[in-house]
Amino acid sequence: MEQPNLSYIESMSGGNEAFEKKIIGIIKVEFPEEKHVYFENIGANNFKAAAENVHKLKHKISILGLERSYALADDFETNLKNESTTGKDEFDAILHLMTDFLETI
Amino acid sequence: MNCIIIDDETTARAIIIQLCSNIPRVTVLEEFSNAIQAIKYLNQNDVDLILLDIHMPDFTGFDFIQTLKNPPKVVLMTSDANLALEAFEYDCIVDYLVKPITLPRLEKAFHKADLTRIKRVENGVSVKKNTLSTGNDLYINIDRRLIKIDIPSIYLVEAKGDYIHVKTEDQNYTVHSTLKKIEGKLPDSLFLKVHRSYIINVNKIIDIEDNSVLIKKDVIPVSRSNRPELMKRLNLL
Repeated sequence: MEQPNLSYIESMSGGNEAFEKKIIGIIKVEFPEEKHVYFENIGANNFKAAAENVHKLKHKISILGLERSYALADDFETNLKNESTTGKDEFDAILHLMTDFLETI
Repeated sequence: MNCIIIDDETTARAIIIQLCSNIPRVTVLEEFSNAIQAIKYLNQNDVDLILLDIHMPDFTGFDFIQTLKNPPKVVLMTSDANLALEAFEYDCIVDYLVKPITLPRLEKAFHKADLTRIKRVENGVSVKKNTLSTGNDLYINIDRRLIKIDIPSIYLVEAKGDYIHVKTEDQNYTVHSTLKKIEGKLPDSLFLKVHRSYIINVNKIIDIEDNSVLIKKDVIPVSRSNRPELMKRLNLL
């Protein structure tokens, strides 16, 4: 499975370490909140809202360089819009991977 | 060039501010997490360009643009590449950025904004090209509100007495109208009347069995007289 990385953040920061720390700090705060709302909505079978949550989370997936995971999330978002949870396990695994990664940085 | 940023995601705003700081001729005046705050600001300040997220709770980027009588130039930002077609129906939208946004791509968007002149609307609130209806939208009247429906998202219209049920990917609507009236508003290329009480979007068909068609979760009868036309529309192997 592909691994999260900071390539995008580093390329964008232009070597500005203070900014890199700032953006990682923001992601560390915002990601668990978005993840929590997603799990609430998916747990309540609120598929449309969950699709919106997945849409938001896709940005962070791409920021952490997870290109294949982004495609999976994209498909899952479409499935949720059609009231299908196909792809949920894979998406949840991506969230787990990101959670673990954010704890190490 | 000065600009404001509207995005409900803190991470996205921080990234855009950082990227803009690398473009000397660009000044970020303000950032907003929702469109309502931005409307208040725009009523009191001149802004050259808005960097606008499409997917925001309650009020989408497109809803926001519709509220502005004379919007400044807008660069849309989204994780959804599929909305580009709708985006360019608006005169004020000069570019469309798919997240994650890179510095070269953002610079290009500002360059496009420099080169673009947008028409000012003297009267009315329409900011879409020509009229509010682009051929892809249908406005239905529900409780004195005109609600916009994206026509390709409609998969079924069902007649029920004096009303019609309009079913879309996201929502169902009950409207006081007739099947004949809505039939005239829907493109023939997408829609087909398969029964005196049903119009279907042929792109949404899942399967066809004898005298019925499965569309999403609805099994719709196909009348004998309409079946030949339906079969003609199918790309049969």
